[in-house]
Amino acid sequence: MQLSREQLLRAYRQMKTIREFEDRLHEEIPKGLIPGFTHLYSGQEAIAVGVCENLNDSDAITSTHRGHGHCIAKGCDVKGMMAEIYGRATGLCGGKGGSMHIADLSKGMLGANGIVGGGPPLAMGASIAFRNRGKGEVAVALAGDGSCNSGPVFEAMNMAVMLNLPVIFVFENNGYSEQTAPAYAVGAGKTDMVRRAQGFGMPASKADGTDFFAVYDMTREAVERARNGGGPTALEFECLRFFGHFEGDPQKYRIKGEVEMARESMDCLKNFRKRVTEAKLLEASDLDSIDSEVLKLIDEAVAEAIAAPFPPDTDVTKNVYINY
Amino acid sequence: MAIKTYREAITEALMIEMDRDERVIVMGEDVAGGAGGSAGVRDNQNGIFGTYPQFHARYGENRFIDTPISEAAIVGAAAGAALAGLRPVVEIMFADFIGYCLDQIMNQAAKFRYMFGGTSRTPMVLRTAYGAGLSAAAQHSQAIYPIITHIPGVKVAVPSKPADVKGLMLTAIRDDDPVIFFDHKALFGVQGEVPEGDTPIPFGKGMRYREGKDATVVAIGRMVHFSEAVVDKLAKENGITCDVIDPRTTSPLDEDIILSSVEKTGRLIIVDESTPRCSVAGDISSMVAMKGFDFLDAPIELVTSAHSPVPFAPNLERAYLPSGGRIEAAIRKAVEY
Repeated sequence: MQLSREQLLRAYRQMKTIREFEDRLHEEIPKGLIPGFTHLYSGQEAIAVGVCENLNDSDAITSTHRGHGHCIAKGCDVKGMMAEIYGRATGLCGGKGGSMHIADLSKGMLGANGIVGGGPPLAMGASIAFRNRGKGEVAVALAGDGSCNSGPVFEAMNMAVMLNLPVIFVFENNGYSEQTAPAYAVGAGKTDMVRRAQGFGMPASKADGTDFFAVYDMTREAVERARNGGGPTALEFECLRFFGHFEGDPQKYRIKGEVEMARESMDCLKNFRKRVTEAKLLEASDLDSIDSEVLKLIDEAVAEAIAAPFPPDTDVTKNVYINY
Repeated sequence: MAIKTYREAITEALMIEMDRDERVIVMGEDVAGGAGGSAGVRDNQNGIFGTYPQFHARYGENRFIDTPISEAAIVGAAAGAALAGLRPVVEIMFADFIGYCLDQIMNQAAKFRYMFGGTSRTPMVLRTAYGAGLSAAAQHSQAIYPIITHIPGVKVAVPSKPADVKGLMLTAIRDDDPVIFFDHKALFGVQGEVPEGDTPIPFGKGMRYREGKDATVVAIGRMVHFSEAVVDKLAKENGITCDVIDPRTTSPLDEDIILSSVEKTGRLIIVDESTPRCSVAGDISSMVAMKGFDFLDAPIELVTSAHSPVPFAPNLERAYLPSGGRIEAAIRKAVEY
């Protein structure tokens, strides 16, 4: 492990921010002030943060409908995200995108994406720009296990290999695509995501997605390969989604106790805290103070979002085009 | 002005932009034809429709990219590359294949700017060949520009003349919004005067190709050529004169040129190769009914293809398409109303 103290603190802060952001949304959504569908990322924090800790603002990611964690890990403003989820004018997208379409191009966040499998072709395209620019930038497609059955994702992986592009396909296997488990939906069982990617001719490997260090290390290797002209990589990280597909999902497809088990033994934050304190890399008090700072940030984000104005009705046809 | 073909006009515009701006790249299936084949050739046949002569040799592997048959990835890659700073021009060989990549147009490229609150730009062009007339039948002949015109966030060009192809393509590549550019596959060899040099044509500005007083004929794409022939014949044989107006882009649409012509003539005939339901013809017709009702001295006439898939047998395909006879009958009906 080659992470500095500063990196460890940042990684914990980001994972904690994602966790609190999501837990707070879970509490706020039933109050009825958040419009539309919301898909929570809880349980997957180590993947977003472990991947993005290897990236700079000039590197790009594409995301999914479950994109809050990716946005936070890539550096999007948390208050701007919260306001966006509340549909407010002060949101990162002016209230036009909502939970599923948050983007911040200045941070290399090319958008959450409401279409399963929508991101990988976009990331592959961004990597063409990076290859041509020649500055060693990389693009990462963060996609779910559900996307690995989508044709455009296969097309993107093939083209990435064929053109030797600096792109990484990250499959977050969180146990369910909507309600359906990969054990059912992915031919030849859960291990097949990696084998499929290998079938396109790129290195592919798999790690525990609840272990920040495993995600970080595996991604670092892939990012170095991509930056050095070594072409694409696919990674699969296994975890378990703590909430339903969407908020309000009764989750009748899961056995009772599954989430409790995951929260007990597959919690990336608990694992991280145990690991860094036992190895004396950080003190518990360092982490505790981050916890309280994060809680304060989320409190402020919610309060500011609720107090913020909605966009004016006249915005309805604004920004359809740059000019028309 | 030099006489050039529609095909040469496309090539000229692409070369002007690729020479001028290194962010412009071209991607598509067989654009540099023959990649990986046993003969080891590139620039084979100058691309499928002959619009890329020696582009691979001139622009190289990074800017002139032969892709596998992967329409979704090609268009998705263009959208992603555009977000990341390139100005990609991608070719979907036949417009019918847009079915494969409609998500990338409809849900991705068209929506970014709006969904992201105006913080992004997606400067990409999707070139595609459309249209019937070559017995290419139902999956290689459709005029699907109305489907794309329906989508907010993309601009749609459907040029009829070589000069327009050049000018509109220059504008398309420079435009920071996604543009879908429909070339009619039966027009590649058509000749016309093409101005030299850098001569972009703005979107949303139609062109009046004939001047008349009895009726307004609005025609799109190849139908401009069909309509001009009929209008010339009527003028010569019967003294009936018509405006022939080509909107050139269906989104944005030049409503003013249509309305001002109808105000003058009082009669409107719309000739559109696409099928009639929810079509551009229907859209223009409703626009004139709403905004130019008082100008009309006769019901609006629509001359469209049949509401059917495009047939194979040459006689059936002729029966499917708007014909000179049907266009003439529609003009006469309106004028004699």
